[in-house]
Amino acid sequence: MVDVAVERNSAAPAPKIRKRASLRTALKRKSTAAFLMTLPLILLISLLVIYPAFYSLHLATLNKSMQRFVGLGNFQFLFTRETFWLVVEQSCIFAITAVVFKALIGFVVAHFVHNIPAKGQRKWRGMLLVPWVIPPAMSTLAWLWLFDPSYSAFNYLLAGVGVDRIPWTGETGWARFSVILVNIWVGAPFFMIMYLASLKSVPDQLYEAAAIDGANWWQRIWYVTLPMMRNIIAITTLFSLIVTFANFDIVRILTAGGPLDRTHIFATWAFRIGIEGGDIPLGASVSLFMIPILAIAAVFILRDINKRGNEA
Amino acid sequence: MTSTTVIDKSAPTRAVKLRSMSRDRTWALRWSYFFLTLFAIFALIPPLYMLITSLKTSAEISAATNPWWVYHPTLSNYVELLTSNQFLTFFRNSALVSIFVVTITMLISVPAAFALARMRFWGSATLATGVFLTYLIPETLLFLPLFKMFVVFGDLTGIQLINKWYVLLIVYPTLTVPFCTWIMIGYFASIPKELDEAAIIDGASWFQTLTRIFIPVALPGLIAATIFAFTVSWAQFLYPLVFTTSTDQLVLPVGIITTLIKGDVFAWGQIMTGALLGAAPPLIIYAFLMDYYIAGLTAGATKG
Repeated sequence: MVDVAVERNSAAPAPKIRKRASLRTALKRKSTAAFLMTLPLILLISLLVIYPAFYSLHLATLNKSMQRFVGLGNFQFLFTRETFWLVVEQSCIFAITAVVFKALIGFVVAHFVHNIPAKGQRKWRGMLLVPWVIPPAMSTLAWLWLFDPSYSAFNYLLAGVGVDRIPWTGETGWARFSVILVNIWVGAPFFMIMYLASLKSVPDQLYEAAAIDGANWWQRIWYVTLPMMRNIIAITTLFSLIVTFANFDIVRILTAGGPLDRTHIFATWAFRIGIEGGDIPLGASVSLFMIPILAIAAVFILRDINKRGNEA
Repeated sequence: MTSTTVIDKSAPTRAVKLRSMSRDRTWALRWSYFFLTLFAIFALIPPLYMLITSLKTSAEISAATNPWWVYHPTLSNYVELLTSNQFLTFFRNSALVSIFVVTITMLISVPAAFALARMRFWGSATLATGVFLTYLIPETLLFLPLFKMFVVFGDLTGIQLINKWYVLLIVYPTLTVPFCTWIMIGYFASIPKELDEAAIIDGASWFQTLTRIFIPVALPGLIAATIFAFTVSWAQFLYPLVFTTSTDQLVLPVGIITTLIKGDVFAWGQIMTGALLGAAPPLIIYAFLMDYYIAGLTAGATKG
């Protein structure tokens, strides 16, 4: 703002009082205009994001009928429940496993796409991104049908090679596997696209130089690709960690937390307690447990983004 | 490392190396195509299976035939759904919600991004970071307090928002506006300062600078943000599940799941048809505007 004013002053050859005055009013108008332009955004964020976030803290201290203050009673109650610890454990297993596999598959697929001639890349990229484009609620329905206990199309194929039918959503181990598999299916294309974009920004000369120095493909990945992509990998992984950790659609539709709460994660359990069970304060307390992980991820993302800003 | 290798660039062994490299390259290509095919099959199985099932009658679905093949293709599921008032209501609600949300999002985020990118004022940097942080807050954290807020609001003012489709117009922008503002800040910031300085010197107001310079120049970013807002509001599942319950107020994803799944009876032919129709609008947009779609996807982390 200051630069502009100074430049414009120096550009004006003769000091005209009238022009100065109009400049000052323009500046005054500018900050008012800027404020008015951001006002809807500020209102939206403060009323519908920040206020509810704090309201949720308040709700968590009330009893079920929301008339009595119980302090940390809800949290004490949660700590004594076995299901709660199950949910904590499952959320962590779920998020970490899914994100690691998404990142690995995304990395590998991005390399394959990057390897083939540029002409065909568009077509492959187009096909591979389809899982990300379909609304997760809709594609999870397709998975639910593929995993159907009696008509599973996968079991039909497995029966063809002599494998027994698999209880995809009916048994603890398999249900967890299915939920994670669907999550990887939805999320891996996002990693693929991000990695592909950053692979394209690695200058070819670096690879040529490494090849001439006698680096094999593994060394090229380890010493050239990975260092160049470090930032994107970090940001994408953290983004995905947040989204996966707070996921709702997939678990809700695929297993609804079953069998016997063995696939519940924070979001689905909070929904079960808060909306279906009608205990909003307890549900709010459950969802508050997502905050620490989200906060840690957010701090790291912000740091990376600021770093990027400084490098550029 | 870079500096030393650049000197080595014209090494005499280049021709020999090139031949072995090209053989390696053919093999790498073959392997790439092989694995890409595998991954593409993995990626496309669910949508293809939706299509396969949607073309079958209930009798064929429950028969013990090969589920991966359609023996008697029929469009009856499509006809049934597209003539059912209930399904058309879901579709209309979804379309209305998405169109309004996209409009609201653009009206809020474009001016805000312009102000944050160009008209630096007190607290603008903090606000920009705040916008980004808001984008990181998931909806699963906010649905319970929001639900309670709307109930209390209804009790206080007598305006019932719960179980009305338009309540979604209030909550969806919390998901779309932060990200759209964030990527628009990136696009606006990349426009050369000389352009708007020239406009100001020519006597344009701030509003004119926005509509005549920034919006046309940043049009690709605007399209990417619009696509993002549309796909997010079309796909959102948790908020409509929480805030709407009666069948005439539901949007497509929730409508399909709550009405077509009746107890233990799954009308799979219709469910898959509905799911495919629900997935169609984002897929069509993606098919035609893939580059914008991808630009929007990668902008969140690469711009900033």
